[in-house]
Amino acid sequence: MLFASRSFCCLGIRTYQLRTDLLSRSIKLSASATMAFRHKNTRRIEGLDSNVWVEFTKVAADPSIVNLGQGLPDISPPSYVKEELAKAAAVDRLNQYTRGFGHPSLVKALSQVYERVCGRKIDPLTDILVTVGAYGSLFSTIQALIEEGDEVIIVEPFYDCYEPMVKMAGAKPIFIPLRYKNYGNSASSADWVLEPAELANKFNSKTKAIILNTPHNPTGKVFTREELQVIADLCIKHDTLCISDEVYEWLVYKGKKHIKIATLPGMWERTITIGSAGKTYSVTGWKLGWSIGPQNLIKHLQVVHQNTLYTCPTPLQEALAQAFWIDYKRMDDPDCYFYSLSRELESKRDRMAQLLQEAGLKPVIPDGGYFMIVDVSTLNVDLSDVDEKQPYDYKFVRWMITSKKLSAIPLSAFCGPETKRQFEKYIRFCFIKKDSTLDAAEVILKNWNKQTA
Amino acid sequence: FLSLSLQAKMSRPVQAQRLEGIDKNIWVEFVKLAATYSTVNLGQGFPDFPPPDFLKEAFMRALSGENHMLHQYTRAFGHPPLVKILAQFFGKLLGRDLDPTTNVMVTVGAYQALFCCFQAFVDEGDEVIIIEPCFDCYEPMVKMAGGTPVFVPLRPKAPKDGKLMSSADWQLDPAELASKFSKRTKAIVLNSPNNPLGKVFSRGELELMADLCVKHDVLCISDEVYEWLVYDGKEHVRIASLQGMWDRTVIIGSAGKTFSATGWKVGWTVGPDRLLQHLRTVHQNSVYHCATVAQEAVAQGFQRELELYGKPESYFVQLPKELQQKRDWLVRSLDAVGMKPIVPEGTYFLVADISQFKSDVPDVPNSDEPYDSRFAKWMVKNKGLAAIPLSAFYCGSHKNNYDHFIRFCFAKEEATLKAANDILQKWKREKTSP
Repeated sequence: MLFASRSFCCLGIRTYQLRTDLLSRSIKLSASATMAFRHKNTRRIEGLDSNVWVEFTKVAADPSIVNLGQGLPDISPPSYVKEELAKAAAVDRLNQYTRGFGHPSLVKALSQVYERVCGRKIDPLTDILVTVGAYGSLFSTIQALIEEGDEVIIVEPFYDCYEPMVKMAGAKPIFIPLRYKNYGNSASSADWVLEPAELANKFNSKTKAIILNTPHNPTGKVFTREELQVIADLCIKHDTLCISDEVYEWLVYKGKKHIKIATLPGMWERTITIGSAGKTYSVTGWKLGWSIGPQNLIKHLQVVHQNTLYTCPTPLQEALAQAFWIDYKRMDDPDCYFYSLSRELESKRDRMAQLLQEAGLKPVIPDGGYFMIVDVSTLNVDLSDVDEKQPYDYKFVRWMITSKKLSAIPLSAFCGPETKRQFEKYIRFCFIKKDSTLDAAEVILKNWNKQTA
Repeated sequence: FLSLSLQAKMSRPVQAQRLEGIDKNIWVEFVKLAATYSTVNLGQGFPDFPPPDFLKEAFMRALSGENHMLHQYTRAFGHPPLVKILAQFFGKLLGRDLDPTTNVMVTVGAYQALFCCFQAFVDEGDEVIIIEPCFDCYEPMVKMAGGTPVFVPLRPKAPKDGKLMSSADWQLDPAELASKFSKRTKAIVLNSPNNPLGKVFSRGELELMADLCVKHDVLCISDEVYEWLVYDGKEHVRIASLQGMWDRTVIIGSAGKTFSATGWKVGWTVGPDRLLQHLRTVHQNSVYHCATVAQEAVAQGFQRELELYGKPESYFVQLPKELQQKRDWLVRSLDAVGMKPIVPEGTYFLVADISQFKSDVPDVPNSDEPYDSRFAKWMVKNKGLAAIPLSAFYCGSHKNNYDHFIRFCFAKEEATLKAANDILQKWKREKTSP
């Protein structure tokens, strides 16, 4: 009786006993047992929990597998970059908070480098935001400028985070695929193009932004000036923003030039250009990136940043600033890391392509970046007995990991729902790998046909 | 000429609505003022002494060692050695078996951990209870998530005769707290030890809160970044260890505060998988990875502390000891000149009542700016001493409730605190002499 009246009282009462005695404890236990746990995820992250990397990065932990999957270098960053970090960390003050929107010496260095590249004045304090990787820049940009009711055009295949980030902002992704135009025998990333009429059709009054990625992950396509002009014309016509992911901007191979869409007439005021220390200096684990654009856009990214993580790590930013000064001073010199890395990667690219061709595969030779996509259908590996629902490339990669001890990433991970069938015969290899890794890949590829014969 | 739909688009603001009302930030202004005018900066909360040698050495080893892969991506939800040691360490403190991959997630500072919590759990229309005065980011983060902040104040009780006020004298009214819980309450944010007051919530106070959380099925976001900075033998009680609370609490911690390395921006969340799984979703769609080298170093720092736990050489024993002395120094310093300090039980912050110095900064009737803010600005410009007005830690309509307090940070070298004392002494002399 006493129990019942106590529980009745506790439900309605405002003042509450401070002492937790046995009786109230048992009431609490019964209350929590009958209430269903209502703390599910918020609407904004509904359906965004799965991720291709969760499965395929586990592979990296297995040393018996030659890992050409996830995009991270296994080559060392340049020694001066590591030295600058050591120097920075030795300064007491540099182990404490720095300026939220970007460490002063870093934003200064970035403004100098990009002023030279873009040919326009860039204010380090108002036109730049330093973020946790280019990933953080994409997030800040999308959270700042995209919301429910907006549409965002995404070019397929796309770096996989674009879609969930757009959805998390409440907006609708509108996909447009790169289409393969076979102009010759050996496939090049330049053969993958957007159809201008198809692209124009995707724009409407709801289109808030288009996400451009050049050089492109995963194909390695380097958009030409003419191709960028088509996109720019549409952006201007429809008053659309352009989010330009240019993390691979320095990794462009012979005969190709990286063009910044923000430098085209009418585009600076509507473009956020994103860069990455990880890709520039082969230090993906530093997770530093930046957004550059006009003050009236960057200021909104800064608001997001100050309400999400406030400031990025200091010693890494200082080290990066110093590395940039070193290379800024030699931007006319072929030894500048921006160019020397590109040359190093070009020979790796060529080697990778040759190995794949000799194994009977059809690689798409990238004009930039450090990925290469490969059509594996020519191998005619029959995986029809494996789970039907999975796209072919997922099945193929899993099979290749198990039976060939070689990893890659399935291309359909980079596609919207409509185009998965179109891209499921492709897998993506990463070639920013040291010689011994490529040697090991060579052994596997050379023996490939022997084993299946 | 422009189409109507294009005109409509161009007349809309370019930024998303979620940014509404969250663009202001006091730090931008006060950090700039301190940089420009201050000779002694007791404003923004960071130590002016270095991280401990063992930690700096660990960082050096990580960046220059044989394993150059430490400069590349690590596991997104936390570098394996770090989550492993955090699971061990906090498992020990909480008396629980913790799984490093599901019960721990590493973030870019405790700041990003807070962001993940609000984004993961606060939907439009949800209410979040926030205790004032509080770290200023809680309110805008709740708003950005579409939630409604519901404030409940700590109220000062007059100290016993002749004694200085303590942060313990600032308390929640139990009935008032209970009245803030409604059907729409999603979470309560607890910060203990509390920034800015330095209050260390007692077991009894936490049990009150826990009872309400359980009764109303509310989550607890427990910001415990100052967990080691606790003085006078007080105990930091972890609310997650109270009855019914583990399943509904996310504990947030910070390497910056734990190891005096705020610039490393390494934080973490600890909690049940069914809550952390949603933090992981937010994290993987916002920053994904945290920088590797600092995580490796922090892991080694924790390894050392696990081995030395409770021993006098433990950094977690030495740091609060040193800071307590600095606290006492500053308390004496302020008391001597007539600024009345509220003695903090924890953190490295101290709030003082500047009423006796008000004559220096005349009131401006109908001013938009709270008095203490104008006072703090005048003080840094004219005395070179930087501090933060308490109104910075109150929200909107409550900013003027307590307008004669400023917050000092005492995680500073002796020389800095001496210099502060000199400024205060000189100021007092100028006031008393004709």
